[in-house]
Amino acid sequence: MANASGVELSKTFTAGLWQENPVLRLLLGMCPTLAVTAAVKPALTMGFSVIFVLVCSNIVVSLMRNLLKSHLRILMFTLTIATFVTIADLFLKAYLPEMSETLGPYIPLIIVNCIIICRAEACASQNGLVVSIVDAVGMGLGFTITLCVLAGVRELLATGMFAGHAIMPRAFVPWAAMGLPVGAFITLGLILALVNQITKKQA
Amino acid sequence: MDRVMVLLMGFISIMIINNLVLTKFLGICPFLGVSGRLDMAFGMGCAVTFVVTLSGTLTWLIDHLILRPYGLQVMQYVSFILVIAGAVQLVEMYVRKFFPSLYESFGIFLPLITTNCAILGLCLFINLWDVDNLAEAVVLSVGAGLGFTLAICIMAGIRENLLLADVPTCLKGAPITLITAGLLTLAFMGFAGMVR
Repeated sequence: MANASGVELSKTFTAGLWQENPVLRLLLGMCPTLAVTAAVKPALTMGFSVIFVLVCSNIVVSLMRNLLKSHLRILMFTLTIATFVTIADLFLKAYLPEMSETLGPYIPLIIVNCIIICRAEACASQNGLVVSIVDAVGMGLGFTITLCVLAGVRELLATGMFAGHAIMPRAFVPWAAMGLPVGAFITLGLILALVNQITKKQA
Repeated sequence: MDRVMVLLMGFISIMIINNLVLTKFLGICPFLGVSGRLDMAFGMGCAVTFVVTLSGTLTWLIDHLILRPYGLQVMQYVSFILVIAGAVQLVEMYVRKFFPSLYESFGIFLPLITTNCAILGLCLFINLWDVDNLAEAVVLSVGAGLGFTLAICIMAGIRENLLLADVPTCLKGAPITLITAGLLTLAFMGFAGMVR
């Protein structure tokens, strides 16, 4: 029995990485995905903040799932999330002030990140503690990895650097447009198209 | 006269040059989800404009009259989201009562206005830019809402025509919409520099 639940858990975990990847498959959390991916470092910071908030809110929601009144539940989710986002925001302001400056309002905007509400609604409010935590970590990692891939491509083409280190040959002319909004939209569009193509081949 | 000019500039700036959807990436979810048909896009734009006006104004008042004098800025995010959730509840009840068919077609996207980043984003930007009078806050809120409506309606118009185009299979749906949005941002960048 313990073995079977282990298989279930690893399934829940990997679902967030690929089959149900929040950004690529469910199209959730698009705003931060587009906004903070001009470079890898802010993308990574954003990813970890989201993992923190997602895990904490899933834990709390899972613990109070039997007390929730159905018409007030969205409100309860948002308030829980807002509390943890405030904690994450204060933490970043204290220990990573530069990063907090770069990310600006996008850290508080984690409150309205659809991924977190979606997981609270679809998973944590119906499942026990362990499943909720595993699900949150899987989804959070899937989100972070996607963010880093997108940011890696954009930073490389826009500046010729990866996470602040120059790696392109000197003759490379940076594509300034990749750092602008247009680069974000088009890169994500092409990545989604690639993912569609791959899943179609698999099926 | 000067003050009117400042307000007008702020209005144009937030509506077109700093358009929340196309330059700040806020409100992308409904922008992708509800932009399939022009009438729904317009309805969504009106709902968002109403909520953003109400919540932009109210959060400015709460911030300046309650939170700042008592040094409670830590409570900012929690109180902002409460105001927005309340305003959305109001709109939801109104639409369900008076436009039941529109309510049906919105489905999940109507309560999801609460989690529309454009609204919380605007409240946070008003706070970040240190807007210090109420008139400016109201004007910025209305402008942001109209800017959202403008962007989503343009997008819906394009997508209605896109149905007739022969798009490669793997690009169908979200990918082509994102690429179209990218080209739209280029067009909107042409306005940059019009107002400081």
